[in-house]
Amino acid sequence: MKILVCISKAPDTTTKISFTDGDTKFDESGVKYIVNPYDEWYALVRGLELKEAQGGSVTTVTVGTAEDEATIRKALAIGADDATRIDVKPEDASQVAAEIAHFAKEGGYDLVLLGKETIDYNGSQVGGMLAEHLDMPFISLAESLTIEGTTATLDKEIIGGVQTVEAELPLVVSCAKGMAEQRIPNMRGIMAARKKPLNVVPSSNAAKNTSFEKYALPAPKSAVKLIDPDNMDELVALLHNEAKVI
Amino acid sequence: MSVLVYINSNGEKIAKNAFEAVTYAKKLGEVTAVTNGKADDSMLAQLGKYGADKVLVDRSFEGIDEQQITKMVATAAEKVGANTIVFSNDLIGKAVAPRLSVKMNAGLVAGASGVPKEDGTVPVNVFSGKAFGFVKVNTDKKIIALLPNSIQVEETGGEASVEEFAGNAGDSRVKVKDTKLPEGDIPLPEAELVVSGGRGLKGPENWDLILDLAKELGAATACSRPVADSDWRPHHEHVGQTGVAIAPNLYIAAGISGAIQHLAGVNRSKVIVVINTDNEAPFFKAADYGVVGDAFEVLPKLTEAVKKFKASN
Ligand SMILES: Cc1cc2nc3c(=O)[nH]c(=O)nc-3n(C[C@H](O)[C@H](O)[C@H](O)COP(=O)(O)OP(=O)(O)OC[C@H]3O[C@@H](n4cnc5c(N)ncnc54)[C@H](O)[C@@H]3O)c2cc1C
Repeated sequence: MKILVCISKAPDTTTKISFTDGDTKFDESGVKYIVNPYDEWYALVRGLELKEAQGGSVTTVTVGTAEDEATIRKALAIGADDATRIDVKPEDASQVAAEIAHFAKEGGYDLVLLGKETIDYNGSQVGGMLAEHLDMPFISLAESLTIEGTTATLDKEIIGGVQTVEAELPLVVSCAKGMAEQRIPNMRGIMAARKKPLNVVPSSNAAKNTSFEKYALPAPKSAVKLIDPDNMDELVALLHNEAKVI
Repeated sequence: MSVLVYINSNGEKIAKNAFEAVTYAKKLGEVTAVTNGKADDSMLAQLGKYGADKVLVDRSFEGIDEQQITKMVATAAEKVGANTIVFSNDLIGKAVAPRLSVKMNAGLVAGASGVPKEDGTVPVNVFSGKAFGFVKVNTDKKIIALLPNSIQVEETGGEASVEEFAGNAGDSRVKVKDTKLPEGDIPLPEAELVVSGGRGLKGPENWDLILDLAKELGAATACSRPVADSDWRPHHEHVGQTGVAIAPNLYIAAGISGAIQHLAGVNRSKVIVVINTDNEAPFFKAADYGVVGDAFEVLPKLTEAVKKFKASN
C-alpha cells in the first residue's frame, strides 16, 4: 500500500502572536516551528502503523521553503520512508491543495492522510480540496481507520456523535484525535532520517484564490470580577442580570 | 445579488447554526437555501423567517455525503445564478465547502467570524482564536463558511417557498455502516452553556460535581486535554488547540489552570467563569468571573444556587 501523508509546519503552541508591516504579516521573528500536531500525532503515526502491519511505504509531502526542512526531517525521524518538498511558500489553502494534487496524481497513492487542520490558520480546507482535485472520497475528522484488502473502515466524528463508514481505496482522510498515539523519535530514527531521501520538486505555480490582507489582535479582556466562594447566589445573579447568559 | 446557502435538514429539526447562516446570507443579497432529504415542507419554509425567499430541496437522496452535497450545491448555484455561497463552518461545511471551492473555482473563506468589511475583506479567526485575519477573495465566485455562534440570528419574517429540484448529486461512494448519537448529550460544538473540568478534580470518580452542575444548567460538558488523555472523560470532550474549539455563551472551568493551548479552544466564549484554588492560575486573566476556592466545595454550592434560581424564575 502506498501512503502519502501531508505534513505542514505550525508555530509552537506557546507562540505569542504578533504582526508586522502595518499588521499585514505574521511576525515570524523568534517563532519556533513544530510539525503541525494533527499531521504528526495522528496522520503520520497511523500511516506508519498501517505500513508496519500490512507493508507498503509512507511518503510525506510538504509545500514549503527550505526553512521547512527541520520539520520534514522530524517526520522522517518518526519513520516516514521518504519526503518530498514542493518548493514554494504556502500562502493559501487552494494553492497548497493544487500543488499537492499535482504531485500526488503521478504517485498512484492508495491513501492520502492529513491532520484535521493546522493549528495556525485552522482552515480545515486542504483535505477536501485535495479530494476534489483527485476525485477521491474525503473522510473528514476520522478517529479510526482500518484497511482490509482495498476497503477502508473508519469512525468519523459527526455532529453529536460518531459514524462508522466504509469506502474503497483510494481515499483522502483527515485525521483527528483517537486515530493514533504520538510517537517520540528515538536516536536511531533521528540518525536514519539524515540519510533518507528528501526530494525537492518545483512548484506547479498554482493560483491563490484568497489572500490575507490584514490581521488584528482581539481587544484585551477587562479584569476578572472575583466572587466570594461562599456566595454562589451572587455569581448566579451576575450571570443572569449582568452577563445575561442564564 | 443572488446568494445560495446550504442547510442540513437531516435531523429532527434545523439547528441554530443553519439559521445563523441564512441570517448572514441575507446581509449579502437575496437568499435561496438548498437542502436534501425528507424534511417536510413546513420545516423548510421556516427558513423564510431568517430571510430565505426560496428553499430548493432534492428529495432523491438523504444524508450528508460530502461528494453528493457538493454536486447538489453546484447544480443549485448554477440554477439560481449565485456567485456567493454560504455554509455554516460546522463538520459538514468543513467537508463540503473545500470540495465545492475546487469544483466551482471559488475562493473559500473558512471560519468567517463576521460580515464583509467595506473593502470586501471577510474577518476570520486565525491562530486558534488568538487573532483575526481579513481575507480577500481573488476569484469571481466565492464561498463563505461561517463559524457557528459568531453572529446573532435575526428574524426578518416571511415564509419561504419550497421547491423540489434535481441536484444531480450522483451516487455516494461512502457506505454508512452505523451512526451513534449518544442520547441526552448536548453536542459540544453547538452548546450555548458548557461546564468543564480539569486535572484539579483529581479523578473520574469526582465528575458528578461537573455533571450535576451541567444538568442543572442544561449545559454540555467538556474537559482539559490531560483529563481526556487519562481516559477520565471521552476524548470528544477535550477542548483546546488540539481538541474541539468552542464558542458558547458561558464557559465554566473548574480545576483547569488555563494553559495557552487550553485557552485557544475556549477564548471565543462570551463569558468565562473560572473556579481554581490557586489565585495565580493563568485562567483568571482570561476570565470574566473568578472564584478562588476548592472546586469540591464551590461546585455543589453553585449547583444549589442554580437550582434555587431556576425554581424562582
Ligand atoms: C502541543 C500541545 C497541545 C496541547 N493542546 C491542549 C489542548 O488542546 N487542550 C488542553 O486543555 N491542553 C492542551 N495542552 C496541555 C496544556 O499545556 C496543559 O498541560 C493542560 O491544559 C493542563 O490541564 P489542566 O489545567 O486540567 O491541569 P493542570 O495544569 O494540572 O491544572 C490543574 C489546575 O487545577 C487547580 N486545582 C487543583 N486542585 C483544585 C481544587 N480542589 N479546586 C479547584 N482547582 C484546583 C490547580 O491550581 C491547577 O490550576 C497541550 C500541550 C501541548 C504541548
